Amino acid sequence: MAKKKKQKEQERKEQAKAYEKYVKQFTPNPKYFSNAFKAFVVGGLICVIALYIQNLFMAQGMVKKDAATAVTVILVCSAQLLTGIGWFDSIARFAGAGVIVPITGFANSMVSPAMEFKKEGLVLGSGAKLFTLAGPVLVCGISVSVIIGIIHLLINKG
Amino acid sequence: MLNNKLGKHTVIFNNKPEILGTGSVVGVKEGEGPLGKRFDVVLEDDTYNEKTWEKAEIKMLSEAILLSMKKAGKAEKEIDAIISGDLLNQLMSASFTARDFDVPFIGIYGACSTMTESMILGSVLVDGGYAENVVSAASSHFCTSERQFRNPLEHGNQRPPAAQWTATASGSVVIGRTNKPNIVLTCATLGKVVDPGITDAHQMGAAMAPAALDTIHTHLSDTNRDPGYYDLILTGDLGHIGKDILLDMSKNRGLDLEKVHMDCGVLLYDKDQDTHSGGSGCGCSASVFAGHIYREILEGKLKKVLLVSTGALLSTTSTLQGDSIPGIAHAIAIEVEGN
Repeated sequence: MAKKKKQKEQERKEQAKAYEKYVKQFTPNPKYFSNAFKAFVVGGLICVIALYIQNLFMAQGMVKKDAATAVTVILVCSAQLLTGIGWFDSIARFAGAGVIVPITGFANSMVSPAMEFKKEGLVLGSGAKLFTLAGPVLVCGISVSVIIGIIHLLINKG
Repeated sequence: MLNNKLGKHTVIFNNKPEILGTGSVVGVKEGEGPLGKRFDVVLEDDTYNEKTWEKAEIKMLSEAILLSMKKAGKAEKEIDAIISGDLLNQLMSASFTARDFDVPFIGIYGACSTMTESMILGSVLVDGGYAENVVSAASSHFCTSERQFRNPLEHGNQRPPAAQWTATASGSVVIGRTNKPNIVLTCATLGKVVDPGITDAHQMGAAMAPAALDTIHTHLSDTNRDPGYYDLILTGDLGHIGKDILLDMSKNRGLDLEKVHMDCGVLLYDKDQDTHSGGSGCGCSASVFAGHIYREILEGKLKKVLLVSTGALLSTTSTLQGDSIPGIAHAIAIEVEGN
C-alpha cells in the first residue's frame, strides 16, 4: 500500500515537472539584460552621488569614517522619504536591484510595512510588522556572518 | 430523483431562474482600462473615502449589491439570501458587507471562482423554489489582497512577467424569476479541483488552466454541445499566459475554443497598464460579467454565454510550505430566452 502511494506520488511529481516545462514556452522571460543594465546605471548613480557627498563632507574636515556614516544616514533617510511619499516603489519597478540591494532597499523594507500596517495600530500593527521583510534578511545575514567569523578564526588559528 | 442532473457534474435549472439586474463597481485602474465605460461605478480614489482598504472593499461590494437590487427593482425585504465571497481571511469583505443588510447571508470561498460559485448556488435556490430572489456577488481589492498575500504596497520590487494584477472590483447579480423570462441561467457545471503541480505563486494562470479545461470539457460533453453552441466561453482570470495554455491544451484534446473563448483578466486591462499577464481576483470575473458582458447581452450582441470563473486555491501558508496550487473552475450558462 505504502509502495503504491509512493509510486503515485512519484508519478504526480513527474507530471508536474512535465507540465512546468510545457508552461515555460508560454511564459515570457524577464528582460534580464535591460533589467541588469538599468540596475547598474541607477545603482551606480546612487554610489557616485554618495561618494560625492562623502567627499564634500571630508573636504569640510570630517574624518572618512564619520563621513561614510553620515552618507549612509542620508541614503537611508532619502529612501524612507521616497517610500513615504510613494515614489520608491515606482523607482524600484524601474531600477530593480539598483535600489533594492543598496541600503536604500533595506530602508524601504522597514518603512513600507510600518506604513501599511499602521491601520492595525502603532504597537500591534506597525510595531509587530516592522521587521516582516527585513527580519528574515537580518536573521540570515547575521547568522551567516557569525558562521563565517568562526571559520575565519579557525583558519587563522590553524 | 436526480432529474435535474445531467451527465457527470452538470445541473439543469428547469424553472428558469434569471438575472434580473446587475451592479458593478471598479477601481481607478480598472476604470482606465478598455472596459472603463462598461461599469456602473468607477472610483475616483481606491480608498473610496474610507480609512482602510478593507472598509473601501466592503463599501464597493455593498454599493454593487445595492445597485443590482435597484436595477432588478427589488427591495431589501424581497431578497431571501445574499451569497457572496472575497479573497480575505474569514471572508471579511463579504461578511462585513452582509452586516448592513437585513438579509440571510451565505459566505463562500472559491478564490477567484467565487462569482460563478455564488451564481450557481443562487440559481439552485431559486430554481428549487427555496428562494424568490437571491443576490450573488463577489469582490476583490488590489490593496487588501496585496497586503494579505504579498508585500506592503510601498515595498519596492519587480513583478515577474507571469504575475497578474488583483482587480479592485465588485460585481453583483440578482437572480429571481418572472413570468416573462429573458436572461436565463439554464445550466451549470460544478468543477472539481485539478492540481497540475505548479508551485510558483506567480504562475496562477498556468495553475488554473487545466481546471478550466476540465470543467469546460465536462460541461460540453454532459450537455452534448459544441463550443460553437456558445457565442462566448468566458473564463475568469487565466490572464494572457493562462489563456494561451488553455487554448493550446484544448486543441490537443480536440476542442476548438479559439473562436469563442475570452478571458476576463485579459479584457479588463490594456497591455500598457503594466499588469503583466492580466487581471485576477474574485472581482475580475464578477465585474466583467456584471458590467461589460451583461451589457453585451442586453444590447443583443451576445445570446449564449458560458461563464467559467477560475480559482487558484492557494493560501499564504501552502505557498511557504512548498505545496502546489490547486485550481478550480465552475461554469454557468446564461442564455437569452426565445432564441
